[in-house]
Amino acid sequence: MLQTFPLGGIHPPENKLTKDKPIEKMPIPKTVYVPVAQHIGIPSEIVVNKKDVVITGQLIAKASGKISAHIHSPVSGKVTKIDKIVDHSGYKQQCIVIKTDIKATEEAQINTDKLRTEIKLSPKEILERIHECGIVGLGGATFPSEVKLHVNADNPVDTLIVNGVECEPYLTADHALMLAKSKEILVGIQILIKALGVDNVIIGIENNKPNAIELFEKLTKNNDNIKVASLKVKYPQGGEKQLIKAVLNREVPKGGLPNQVGVVVHNVGTVFAIYEAVQYNKPLMERVVTLTGKNLINASNFWVKIGTPVKDLLEASGGIPEDTEKIINGGPMMGKALKNTDIPVIKGTSGILLMPDVESHRPEVQACIRCGGCVSVCPMGLEPYLLMSLIERSRIENAIDNDLMTCIECGSCSYICPAHRPLLDFIRFGKKLHNQNKAS
Amino acid sequence: MSPIRNIVSASPHIHSGQSTRKIMLDVIIALIPAFLVGLYVFGIGSLIVTATAILSCVLFEFLIQKFWMKEAGNVGDLSAVVTGILLAFNLPSNIPLWMIIIGSLVAIGVAKMSFGGIGFNIFNPALVARVFLLISFPVEMTSWPKPFENTWTYLDATTGATTLGIAKEASLMGQTLSEVSDMIQSSQDMLLGLTGGSIGEMSAIALLLGGIYLLYKKVITWHIPVSILLSMFVIGGIFWLTKQDMYLDPVTQLISGGAILGAFYMATDMTTSPMTPKGMLIFGVGIGLISIFIRLFGAYPEGVSFAILIMNAFVPLIDNYIKPRRFGTPIKFKIR
Repeated sequence: MLQTFPLGGIHPPENKLTKDKPIEKMPIPKTVYVPVAQHIGIPSEIVVNKKDVVITGQLIAKASGKISAHIHSPVSGKVTKIDKIVDHSGYKQQCIVIKTDIKATEEAQINTDKLRTEIKLSPKEILERIHECGIVGLGGATFPSEVKLHVNADNPVDTLIVNGVECEPYLTADHALMLAKSKEILVGIQILIKALGVDNVIIGIENNKPNAIELFEKLTKNNDNIKVASLKVKYPQGGEKQLIKAVLNREVPKGGLPNQVGVVVHNVGTVFAIYEAVQYNKPLMERVVTLTGKNLINASNFWVKIGTPVKDLLEASGGIPEDTEKIINGGPMMGKALKNTDIPVIKGTSGILLMPDVESHRPEVQACIRCGGCVSVCPMGLEPYLLMSLIERSRIENAIDNDLMTCIECGSCSYICPAHRPLLDFIRFGKKLHNQNKAS
Repeated sequence: MSPIRNIVSASPHIHSGQSTRKIMLDVIIALIPAFLVGLYVFGIGSLIVTATAILSCVLFEFLIQKFWMKEAGNVGDLSAVVTGILLAFNLPSNIPLWMIIIGSLVAIGVAKMSFGGIGFNIFNPALVARVFLLISFPVEMTSWPKPFENTWTYLDATTGATTLGIAKEASLMGQTLSEVSDMIQSSQDMLLGLTGGSIGEMSAIALLLGGIYLLYKKVITWHIPVSILLSMFVIGGIFWLTKQDMYLDPVTQLISGGAILGAFYMATDMTTSPMTPKGMLIFGVGIGLISIFIRLFGAYPEGVSFAILIMNAFVPLIDNYIKPRRFGTPIKFKIR
């Protein structure tokens, strides 16, 4: 029997339109827009000035505080502006605008095609390198990777889980990367084994990617430490807590972190970025992005430089289909709808999804008929209907008592609701109100 | 190079396509077999009663929403249709039209709209109406037409008693069941629904067929019907074992009266049942126990309607105390 997590979950149509597409190279953008808030934690501190000439891989904003990450220039060129622009979150953020010198950028490319298997750095140096290269979780949460790798004596880690689940519909970036860079990912895993001192690794892949499962099973055949877990397709299996439950049957305690059950989880994309950082000293400047949508002419997977405006991507893929009504940064379940196409790709952008008008409309909200659907699909065992009605009445304290803050915002409740109630919208609103109350 | 319209909204951006209307439509589909059996057994009367109940429920919902609550109506969600069918299924096929209309007004006006409309009612509207009619018009509500004798008659149908009625009568008169055994129908007839009773409650097989459809479509889960029927079977069985000549056997308990209609269609009404599997089991066992106690010791031969209404009142309490197990907290006991 295939493994999966037992509590809740949904089965949205997979729509993996680009699952057979290899990763294409996106042309170097003429201008890049690099926001300083690309990760969870404190925004980075800008260390360049207007009119400065920067080269590819140069540090342009440095980590500020414990949970933060460095940001490097994805291109060679000149800083033309440091200004506030609207980013994927819909808010205005500090952003470094660099006009690209295409020739210099091409010359400065770091070629990482040759596989380097020997790991020369010590565990401490590996952590430093990951920090220096600004690696963050590329699955979407963008948590600084180095912070996750600090093991303390109170919570010893025995297992590394590599997340190749990619449970979001439409997205195939991780899938394409697993097929294209399997050997590099395995070296990346060895790097993490060395850094963490663990001897048990599980690569979790949903069984809608049989070729990736087969490939990794073949490559790890002679390695007893690394297992491949073929998982039954169910959303949100890519969620850290759900994945740990699915492959190890361990439950991260309420409000806790994976290391409390001896686990560290890293996305396959992050593992590849760690490989490049450690073996080639290459900072995180580009990533795989799935450009997709039912009516898009050239839906595919692309290597995209961080900071590339979405409109450049859309141009390269044949323009925006006429019936498009939503442009989404990420997948349809957790992605953010973009305000305009000038917004850049950031470290956490795993896909750009164009949704036609028929799909993107939200139907009219009706009264809750207490069907219990939201309760049965919630992977955290919450009661979304109750949280929404409490938040509607401004009873945030009661909502907190009903574990409002443990919501992982997967959106399963809103997806299933027959009355089309904006359950997750209210839950997010309630969380925000709570955080504001706490701050003041 | 820009879309015609750019909608910015929070995630999720896709929806399952499920809707209240689709759920109600599934319930209506599930009720069709039982209606056909009713039509076959009771003839034209069942059609008149069902049509009247549906039309009057829909009309009252429309009128109250439009002229009283002054809001955009949602008659299109078909919930009033379901209420109408369920009300009709609980009525004899020879009940006068004006009583049906009063019943519909009680169901929609009193039990549903006065609480705020769909989703807000505490008690099952169809059952409130049924109990209201039963208390107000006990004679008309308990003179069930005899099967197959009234195909083309409506109000002047020939009537007869039901199994539960006979059993209750016998126990009140101090008779034993064997003395009245020739009046009790065979369980085969009761399974098929070829007996006297309300329009939609007699055919266990037709109702189970619809119930299986609802389970398959995930409109209902097994928890409520199974816990009701199982607890009725167990408790009814215990009493039957102690005094076999006084109480009906547990199988007859399940296939007679409104047990199956109640367990699959009335108690499972989403709005008036608990949200969690654990809560549903408590709710169902409560209904099963109260039903059997009313049947065996109460003044009425049938108790499922009262039992469901009584347990409806406990739903807010159950939901307040029975929470789903939160992820990452210890497992107390597990219900899947």
